[in-house]
Amino acid sequence: MEFERQAALKRGIEERKKDYREVEQKYSEEQTRQQATRCMDCGVPFCHNGCPLGNNIPEFNDAVYEGNWKYAFEILDSTNNFPEFTGRICPAPCESACVLGINKSPVAIEYIEKSIIEKAFENGWVKSSAPRKRNGMKVAVIGSGPAGLAAALQLNKAGYWVTVFERADQAGGLLRYGIPDFKLEKSVIDRRLKLMEEDGVVFRTGVNVGTEISAGQLQEDFDAVLLATGSTLPRTLDIEGKELNGVHFAMDYLTQQNKRVALEEGYDGLDLSENHAGERYQKEDIRATGKKVFVIGGGDTGSDCVGTANRQGADKITQIAYGLLPPNERDASTPWPMYEHKLRTSTSHEEGCERLWSVNTKAFIGDENGNLKALRLVDVSWKFENGKRILIENPDTEREVEADLALLAIGFSSPQSQGLVEDLNLKLDARGNIVTENYRTSRKGIFAAGDCKRGQSLVVWAISEGREAARAVDVFLSGSSLLEAKEVGMTSAVFS
Amino acid sequence: MMKTNGGLYLPDFEHDACGIGFRAHLKGGKSHQIVADAITMLERMDHRGACGCDPNTGDGAGILLQIPHEFLYDECLELGFRLPKYGEYAVGMIFFPYDEKQRNECKEIIGRKVEKLGFELMGYRKVPTRNETLGEGSLSVEPWVEQLFLRLTDADTITFERKLYVLRQITTKLIHESVAGSEESFYYSSLSTKTISYKGQLTTDQLKYYFPDITRKDVISAFAIVHSRFSTNTFPSWKLAQPFRYIAHNGEINTVKGNVNWIRAGEASFYSEFFTDKEMQMILPICHKGNSDSAHLDNAIELLHLSGRSLPHVMMMLIPEAWEENPDMDPVRRAFYEFHSSVIEPWDGPASISFTDGKIVGATLDRNGLRPSRYWVLKDDTVVMASEAGVLDIDPAQVAYKGRLQPGKMFVVDMEQGRIIPDEELKGDICSRQPYQQWLDEHKIMIRDLPESIRPYTQYSEEGLMKRQIAGGMTSEDLRLILAPMATSGAEAIGSMGIDIPLAVLSNQSQHISYYFKQLFAQVTNPPIDSIRERSIMSLISFVGASENILSESPRHCRQVQLDQPVLTIKQFDKLRFVDYEGFQAKTINTYFNTNVPDPAKALEFALERICRYAEDAIYDGFEIIILSDRAIDSDHAPIPSLLAVSAVHHHLIRKGLRGKIGLLVESSDIWETHHFATLIGYGASGICPYIAFETLSSMNRKGMIAGEFTDEQLYKNYIKAVNKELLKIFSKMGISTLASYRGAQIFECIGLGKTFVDRFFTGTVSRIGGLGIAEIAKECLIRHAVAFPKIPVESVKKLETGGVYQWKQRGEKHLFNPDTIHLLQQSARVGVADPKRGYEIFKKYSRLMNEQADKTMTLRSLLKFKGTKAIPLEEVEPVENILKRFATGAMSFGSISWEAHTTLAIAMNRIGGMSNSGEGGEDEARYTLLPNGDNMNSRVKQVASGRFGVTSYYLSNADELQIKLAQGAKPGEGGQLPGHKVDEWIGRVRHSTPGVGLISPPPHHDIYSIEDLAQLIFDLKNANRKARVSVKLVSEAGVGTVASGVAKAHADAVLIAGYDGGTGASPLSSIRHAGLPWELGLAETHQTLVKNKLRGRITVQTDGQIRTGRDIVIATLLGAEEYGVATAALVTVGCIMMRKCHLNTCPVGVATQNKELRALFSGQPEHVVNMFTYLAMEVREIMAELGFRTINEMVGQSQYLAPRNLGDHWKLKHLDLSRILHREEVETALYKQEEQDHGIEGVLDHTLIRDAKEALENQVAVSAEYKVNNLNRSIGAMLSNEISKRYKGKGLEPGTIHYKFYGTAGQSFGAFSTRGLRFELEGDANDYFGKGLCGAELVVYPPAASTFFPSENMAVGNVSFYGATSGEAFIRGMAGERFCVRNSGAKVVVEGIGDHGCEYMTGGIAVILGQTGRNFAAGMSGGIAYVYDADQSFAGKCNTEMVDLDDLTEEDVEILTGLITRHFENTGSDVARRILENRSFELEKFVKVFPRDYKKILMEREAVVA
Repeated sequence: MEFERQAALKRGIEERKKDYREVEQKYSEEQTRQQATRCMDCGVPFCHNGCPLGNNIPEFNDAVYEGNWKYAFEILDSTNNFPEFTGRICPAPCESACVLGINKSPVAIEYIEKSIIEKAFENGWVKSSAPRKRNGMKVAVIGSGPAGLAAALQLNKAGYWVTVFERADQAGGLLRYGIPDFKLEKSVIDRRLKLMEEDGVVFRTGVNVGTEISAGQLQEDFDAVLLATGSTLPRTLDIEGKELNGVHFAMDYLTQQNKRVALEEGYDGLDLSENHAGERYQKEDIRATGKKVFVIGGGDTGSDCVGTANRQGADKITQIAYGLLPPNERDASTPWPMYEHKLRTSTSHEEGCERLWSVNTKAFIGDENGNLKALRLVDVSWKFENGKRILIENPDTEREVEADLALLAIGFSSPQSQGLVEDLNLKLDARGNIVTENYRTSRKGIFAAGDCKRGQSLVVWAISEGREAARAVDVFLSGSSLLEAKEVGMTSAVFS
Repeated sequence: MMKTNGGLYLPDFEHDACGIGFRAHLKGGKSHQIVADAITMLERMDHRGACGCDPNTGDGAGILLQIPHEFLYDECLELGFRLPKYGEYAVGMIFFPYDEKQRNECKEIIGRKVEKLGFELMGYRKVPTRNETLGEGSLSVEPWVEQLFLRLTDADTITFERKLYVLRQITTKLIHESVAGSEESFYYSSLSTKTISYKGQLTTDQLKYYFPDITRKDVISAFAIVHSRFSTNTFPSWKLAQPFRYIAHNGEINTVKGNVNWIRAGEASFYSEFFTDKEMQMILPICHKGNSDSAHLDNAIELLHLSGRSLPHVMMMLIPEAWEENPDMDPVRRAFYEFHSSVIEPWDGPASISFTDGKIVGATLDRNGLRPSRYWVLKDDTVVMASEAGVLDIDPAQVAYKGRLQPGKMFVVDMEQGRIIPDEELKGDICSRQPYQQWLDEHKIMIRDLPESIRPYTQYSEEGLMKRQIAGGMTSEDLRLILAPMATSGAEAIGSMGIDIPLAVLSNQSQHISYYFKQLFAQVTNPPIDSIRERSIMSLISFVGASENILSESPRHCRQVQLDQPVLTIKQFDKLRFVDYEGFQAKTINTYFNTNVPDPAKALEFALERICRYAEDAIYDGFEIIILSDRAIDSDHAPIPSLLAVSAVHHHLIRKGLRGKIGLLVESSDIWETHHFATLIGYGASGICPYIAFETLSSMNRKGMIAGEFTDEQLYKNYIKAVNKELLKIFSKMGISTLASYRGAQIFECIGLGKTFVDRFFTGTVSRIGGLGIAEIAKECLIRHAVAFPKIPVESVKKLETGGVYQWKQRGEKHLFNPDTIHLLQQSARVGVADPKRGYEIFKKYSRLMNEQADKTMTLRSLLKFKGTKAIPLEEVEPVENILKRFATGAMSFGSISWEAHTTLAIAMNRIGGMSNSGEGGEDEARYTLLPNGDNMNSRVKQVASGRFGVTSYYLSNADELQIKLAQGAKPGEGGQLPGHKVDEWIGRVRHSTPGVGLISPPPHHDIYSIEDLAQLIFDLKNANRKARVSVKLVSEAGVGTVASGVAKAHADAVLIAGYDGGTGASPLSSIRHAGLPWELGLAETHQTLVKNKLRGRITVQTDGQIRTGRDIVIATLLGAEEYGVATAALVTVGCIMMRKCHLNTCPVGVATQNKELRALFSGQPEHVVNMFTYLAMEVREIMAELGFRTINEMVGQSQYLAPRNLGDHWKLKHLDLSRILHREEVETALYKQEEQDHGIEGVLDHTLIRDAKEALENQVAVSAEYKVNNLNRSIGAMLSNEISKRYKGKGLEPGTIHYKFYGTAGQSFGAFSTRGLRFELEGDANDYFGKGLCGAELVVYPPAASTFFPSENMAVGNVSFYGATSGEAFIRGMAGERFCVRNSGAKVVVEGIGDHGCEYMTGGIAVILGQTGRNFAAGMSGGIAYVYDADQSFAGKCNTEMVDLDDLTEEDVEILTGLITRHFENTGSDVARRILENRSFELEKFVKVFPRDYKKILMEREAVVA
């Protein structure tokens, strides 16, 4: 093998900490090509299986290797509506499954993907995909996150008039408000939305379906409705002091900062007092500047909080997770080609933070003004019993640590059921997610896709669901569909 | 011939081969001695014939002689009638039904017709027969033999013969039609005024006992032709015994299906001045159903002969020399062949034919010379011709000269002229009968002579192109993996690791109709050809236009367009589309059907009717070409699959008797890969324009999808070159040399198409499990059409589908091995090392997934379910250990996979008592010693493949099984190549070849061109190692059961039926996918046929190919296998992740690579493999318990425990019928191996040789002795060498320790696998395979002291001498036959002249040729050196210089050469050697050094290193 793995180059830590621009540098054509040569074009491309979208990775790698960027884009575009998003923020299960990864470092698939789509935008290959003929039918998509956008784009291509409803002030959902600009600059979303609008997709932002438009009205106005409202109810820690000032959900924190960045960028019509769900903030402005910050939760959202807090000038940042410190290399419990359990260090971690493992938060301790002043922590260990993991606290280790800001980044439990979901009387599963069969909900003509249906997940899964749901809607309304499917070829007898 | 009774066996599959010969008197002197000698010859060729389960049922033997007038005269007098003069009456030798009533019915019909045709019936004579010695098989259908005597007044001989022909044809037809059961029981062996045949389903030594007539001293004849048949089956058939009426044929006509169809296609226009129209009607049809290929050939020869051509002329038409690629041929002769190629296509295949019309007797050999034919002319005017030397004891002093028949050459004894007419003279006369060249010049049309079209088509827009690509079924994979490599490299891309996608009928993806057709290939009964190295005998020429009546000849016969190859560019096609050349015109018919109707299936049917009708009309309108085109498709019209359209028209016109009147061209969007072309040609197309493939290439070039700088024209050119190359390979894998013969020959089996559909549109094609009808085919087209031309224009279809055939894809074709199953299998084996229980749990998960996805109908077995009635407790089932012994891993060579992977598998298999396989690459001798921990790296199975790499006596001695690989699943019928850069020091050593020099495995074993040759190789191997069982590896295809019976009759101990889908070897993509069948079909057919023949109990049946789970194994057992090969799964267990890039040496997990760094990444352990097999066995036991079987043995062949699954109303599957697979033969016989074969090695001479060598073997003391031998002493030295190898390993004894001298004619394989320490001198001559596998011995041959002929101009040893020799020396005073030193890799030999294809594939050693060589010398020669004495400077033209240089001798060469010639002289007393040595100063200058370029390079590099 001629070249070593080299993913996207990053800006220097000191430099990037000063702003909210993307950490990753612009792709280099030569570097991307070199990386593509590492692909072995496997007979069984595990990467392709690892990708929830079924991105045809070996084929686009080959096209890049041959310098045929346009064809690479066509290949990528045929499975993924938004490579510019996944190319930036996907945890890349494809790379975990890459065959090279058995005994070497995997192909930098995500970097190649991002390079292809950026090259495509630069060259104007990402063009209108408006249908030549409309079929006259209308579809409402509720929610403008990745699932909703993907579905809208697909349905529009298939000839439907599509209206996307978004209760926040701008479209994009979690992409816009949940993900910091240093990972995904918002112009990336805007450029895509603009294309979609040009193609005829109508975006109605700031509209809370269920309150401002009734479910009945919606069904009357549209031939089909697709819910892509996400999994928005955050998990909380039901412990002492959770109501204190200085204890916040990560999403509220991130949204606010994303809006601040947007305002600086010159966006208008933004309301800093509203969160991503269009709800008013109950507590003060959330800023980490000069504070001792605790991020609770070891996942990506937590990491985003770390990066944001660093940029805001936090005094000290600590991220705590109750799990064990993962190993540096792939853990034996997740052999190749599974998504590997191992210690992951994000760019935000590189920028500075302390990470604690096997630590549980027992309580938030406030001062007399109701402001957070400390956290009570305890060390934990784990044991296995009957195949279940059981957490054991070590009471000797209980201690209090000084804290000014605590950010809860421990995930989301379910979609919001009050409002639309209740009005439509949709069947929910035990977790509160919408029950579907091939994306059809219990109500005829109502479909659901993405996190509101499958529970919180990855952007790549949201796009995948949006695409598949669009097909389901198309088949429902037109009897057949020529939209691509993930697992069924067009010339398969079971395709349409 | 027994009819099929619901099983998979079909009589069409029968093959035969044999020994033939004749003895004649040059001057026509008649004697009984001639008859008696011929019978002796027959008996001495007994080993070339065969018998079935009971040794007294032969496959057939017979003799054809002149009518013994004196004898019959007396006999008839006694019967009360007086015969007229010799020649004025005819004798019919007739098989009648035994039943008297039926017999009388036959006689009544004969009587009426005899009268009507004006003959006088003089009487019948019951031929005395003695059937006491007949076996049950032949006795059960023994006919009643009578002679019929007829007279015709006022007719000359030939007229008489013509009338007899009419009588025979019409009475046979009428009797078969009206007398029940007479198809088999009524038959004319002969009916002639000149010749008579005595034949039957007899063994060679039963013949004269059965027919006492022929032992009567007054039975005299000037010649006698004899034939002993080795058929692959034992189903009784008396009439297929040979000789036939004009010929005796040793060989096989591969293209017979097409040839018979073409005869039939022409019948309507048959016209001959020698027959009245009425007579012609009585003669038709020419070829009878149920005949063998040889019988059909005899029919065709007879027709052409009786309609006015001489017998040699007919032979030249039907079995032409390879003229196409031979620029040196006499132009007059070339013109003859060229002219006749537009009259009739060759009957292609190996053939040695003896023929006679009563006045001449002759012999001819096919263009490739694939059957041995030796002759002797004695001083007393006796001529003897036979498949073998030594069949008659000839006094050496009497021999005037002796030789062999050369490829394409004819040998005719004209008894009237009293001389032998040499080939040159004979053909010269025939070729100058007409001004053939002038006719060609005036009438043949070359495509380049046609004017450019005035209305050329322009290219489609990208959008229009995509629509047609989709409608045709192209995927992006086809662009990337099929088209691009072909268009840039001029060759098809290579793939690895078999194919594990569903059969077309089981796939959910819309299928190209050609994917329902699997290519057939030659195995055992007939050799595949090497279309690359033997390109000189291949041809792609075909003709388009109307053919004329084949019974006459005229200038008009060649008024056709000649295509040099079948792929036409758009430009060329446009020329033909609009051709208007002296009234020569083409009619275009649109091949589409309407989709905008309620019932598109009906529309397809109507459309097919329409195109057939239009085609017929076009003929009456006087068109000479029909063009089937789908250019006109649109949103309302879907393309008809081009193959369906072509075959429908082809068969329609055959049925109407009009096919010969028209040439068929096709252009379609659904043609891009080689298989598409092959099927189209196979079903009748002459020229093909893949216009969408061309336009796709242009588009790809525009879009930058082609790596490198090419013009469109270059891409087209490369693409056409690639198609041509692969087409030749597809023909050659069936042993067919010319496109003209392949066209319409239907060399395919169909799988998944329904009977009605096939009978109507692909008439005559075998389709055994039913399947799709016209409605489903229409649906497949409509699926694609709907995407290509969507009702609503959507933006989404912007890219072609991904395909997923060659690479797993999420939305592509399903694969058994996919990310999930690979992962689970690896995990189970690995986890199982520490935690067996958990390992098995994961394995169950794996097998569940594997079986479940199979439930989605990926394999034939997935359509089956178990049908058990009485479960038993698991404990009662035989233990895992017993089952493990039945497992084998596949044959993968060290070289194809790494040392680590190879030894890991071997250690694991030895631990569980199973068998690992060396593969074809030899084996490192270090592996024959146990490892310190007791592990054993020795591969118990040693493979003997066509390359014979490292096959030495010691190698053979270290095997428990010797496996003859006739074919491999990945590329049946093809050879292989290990490029030089992969042959490192280690691999070179193990393969006994030169490191750095590439190695070629030829497509055929050059010592197996027929079933009797296979029997010989089995005999050789059995001699070389008595304790090893000999197994024959076959690949599943239609007829494999029949071949397997032949293999059983050739005394193999085991047969392996490999599925087409398995195979880990690298091979061209189309071969992996389109050749061969799944094992379910082949295995079931094999088991059924063996049982039917009562041979099953003598042979172990093993199967392999995508066997993955316990369920698979149980199904294999129920269908008839008792052992199982698991290769791919074993590889996956040790780390293979199905990269399918084995051929690139880049395997990232160290399995299929020789790269040191990559090998270091190998992570497999024997424990993993042991776990996998253990889990498989555990699963097998569980199912056995469920079904109630205690042992595997009792489960073998119990197919009633299987039933078809209910597949509901699935549109494709509902028509499938698996009953033939599940059929059980109701024959009382063993169902699994229980009885050992009789290998006939008890009495071989080697036992004596060993006894006499006791002192040498035990104490290394020199011994010597002398022996008299004849042709029945075969494989001399093999067993003795085995004794040496057992004691002294690879090193052997000191040279000359055992010095034996032999007198006489030695049988085949003299000195086979003879090792160091032996010195054999043979005073006399020898047959084929002399010095085969020579590994250290010295062999010397010289003529008997009493002989008077010039040794250097006469045959000393036969064909294929020194095949696969690895070391040793030989000196032959005299000539050798074709294919001298093929694959020699180390022996040093001197000979005085050789035939064609000398030193082919040679990789090492030295060959000195002191006389003439044949054509195509040094083809594929990558190493070693040949010194050729080129006195007349003709050698350069005969040498294939693709890989070799012709150099002058260096000083070193002179030294080596002089040394060898000196030793030649010392050993043999050669006068040639003496002359050269005496005049060495100028004689040595006449030598040419044939020096392979790669070898030269390596030697120079080495020198540089040393310096």
